Amino acid sequence: MIQNNEIIIKPRKGWIPINLKELWAYRELLYFLAWRDVKVKYKQTALGAAWAILQPFLTMVIFSVIFGTFAKVPSDGIPYPIFVYAGLLPWNYFSSALSNSGNSLVANSNLITKVYFPRLIIPASASLSGLLDFFIASLILVGMMFFYHFTPNAIGIILIPALIFMTFIVAVGCGLWLSALNVEYRDFQYVIPFLVQIWMFATPVIYPVTLFPEKYRWLLSFNPMGGIIEAFRAATLGHQPVNWNFLALSAGIGILIFLTGLLYFRKLERSFADII
Amino acid sequence: MSNPIIEVSELSKRYHIGSKLPYKTLRETLMNAVKSPATLFRRNWSGGDETFWALKDVSFEVQQGEVIGIIGRNGAGKSTLLKILSRVTEPTEGEVRLRGRVASLLEVGTGFHPELTGRENIFLNGAILGMSRQEIKKKFDEIVAFAETEKFLDTPVKRYSSGMYVRLAFAVAAHLEPEILIIDEVLSVGDAQFQKKCLGKMGDVAKGGRTVLFVSHNMQAISSLCTKAIYLESGQIKEFDRTDSIIPLYLSSAATHARRGFSINSYVNAKASGTWIKGTEAVIEISWEKHRLPPGWECDIACYSIDGTKVFAIQSHNIEGFSSEDPDINSVTFFVENVGFGERDLHVDIGFRKGPSEPYDVVLSNALVLHPDGKSLPAYRRSDVIVVPNVRCITNKK
Repeated sequence: MIQNNEIIIKPRKGWIPINLKELWAYRELLYFLAWRDVKVKYKQTALGAAWAILQPFLTMVIFSVIFGTFAKVPSDGIPYPIFVYAGLLPWNYFSSALSNSGNSLVANSNLITKVYFPRLIIPASASLSGLLDFFIASLILVGMMFFYHFTPNAIGIILIPALIFMTFIVAVGCGLWLSALNVEYRDFQYVIPFLVQIWMFATPVIYPVTLFPEKYRWLLSFNPMGGIIEAFRAATLGHQPVNWNFLALSAGIGILIFLTGLLYFRKLERSFADII
Repeated sequence: MSNPIIEVSELSKRYHIGSKLPYKTLRETLMNAVKSPATLFRRNWSGGDETFWALKDVSFEVQQGEVIGIIGRNGAGKSTLLKILSRVTEPTEGEVRLRGRVASLLEVGTGFHPELTGRENIFLNGAILGMSRQEIKKKFDEIVAFAETEKFLDTPVKRYSSGMYVRLAFAVAAHLEPEILIIDEVLSVGDAQFQKKCLGKMGDVAKGGRTVLFVSHNMQAISSLCTKAIYLESGQIKEFDRTDSIIPLYLSSAATHARRGFSINSYVNAKASGTWIKGTEAVIEISWEKHRLPPGWECDIACYSIDGTKVFAIQSHNIEGFSSEDPDINSVTFFVENVGFGERDLHVDIGFRKGPSEPYDVVLSNALVLHPDGKSLPAYRRSDVIVVPNVRCITNKK
């Protein structure tokens, strides 16, 4: 019986396949690490989880005044506040998941040098914990939909969970790349906030895709979050049909980032404890 | 005969030392990449990089149910060996076969989060150490009772005293039930009473038929828990044998350890006399061959209790009456007054060095072991204050 779970430790070379069986065995740790991040996030704050509502709400108000009222950014013919909030909601989740998972390995270096478990769990759990904030903040969107009389269509309701999952996949994919790079090159801790900021302007969060001349719109779909956020907005508000081509290309690129991230992470994983 | 539960064959681990590590900057890599583009994202350690073998060709086998102590000086490779066995780091060469579930405890309280409460940390730490949620729930009361922290379960651990923190952390780890348990020096924490409790718990674990690998500098713990011991020196196994034959070997060889190639025990003698009761003096006499100690050097002693806690150190430059300027001087006698220390064995290290802030050139570890009854110099630690005895000394020519 003991023979069955024989573990062989020896130097590994080259690309290392992903051990799904082992990941499954450690699923509880994934849960506990995400749970830890959630628990710790609002400890010793007076307002607690209300921050999860306040932050996106205030951002929406400010953006509505600056971009909606003063700059007169178009909003696909719907009120700018709900337009921008439907974009901010998935974007905020994405940006927090991306920066948490990008910094996750370095932040958990004490675990990496002392305990064995599949290292993939660290960036994955770091991307999960933001989901709770996302769900809390989506209450505001529901409220605004009542206020402005928007109803999602049937396809939208089915599509939303898939879009959240895709956001997670893109965030983890980037997180795998960035966290592994960050172990060796601490430069990436400065790259990440900058990347998040630039990326937001390259994504139709505060402006609609239609702002771009039709000829160049396809460029936006190379940004995996571009298609996802456009689709999220269309699915929740139902003000226009989902652009499936746009979404498919974005999702494909997101999956590509995720898979290459997995490979790169697995390749570097074995030396994390020595160089972190 | 059945297969050994742990089979280590020709295990080696190389570390890179020198200026290139631990952090390479991106700029460096990009510069290299511009010079030869293929090197980007490929690990290359070229260019004046020194390497160091923390372990070299280590092979041994452990049968199920054996409790193995691992001893050796600092830097002998003990922790590296445990890190490889716990799969924290990969070996450079060689292979290990583990035939059972492994849990390792390289540090007490790994993953404890200061903001979380005691209760929350038990679950988090348990999960990190490889317990399932069911398992933790089942053992929760036992863990809490062992740690003696019932009252503070819902207090964030950042408000715990360091003793409570350690007790809780050890309690979680002590309730792991793997087939192979790997433990690094973790007993040097906590007070004497709790240490005893931990040793007792580890004894139970061992009696339960589990295989334990245990690193410690505490020879008492090693000899009471372990049937066999591995003695590591400079990354290699010097001896793997029954504990009672390994420990004397380790202690005697530790006494000849020299940093710059002198073999000091060939010309240094140390002895102790006097009694060690409150108000009396113990006498430690250290003598060396004439002209072997360069003029102006100092001779210091440091005293440790059995668990490796430093009780006090005496630096001769602080003591009136010490002078080694004259090359004819060949001994120093320390008279150490007992100003209210307890009665326990004390291990004395002797060190020689050029001056106060220099590194020690020669260290005799465990040169003397002093017993409370006569020719002795024991002492104890009261809370965290290290009590320094009154000391005077004289130097002699013969």
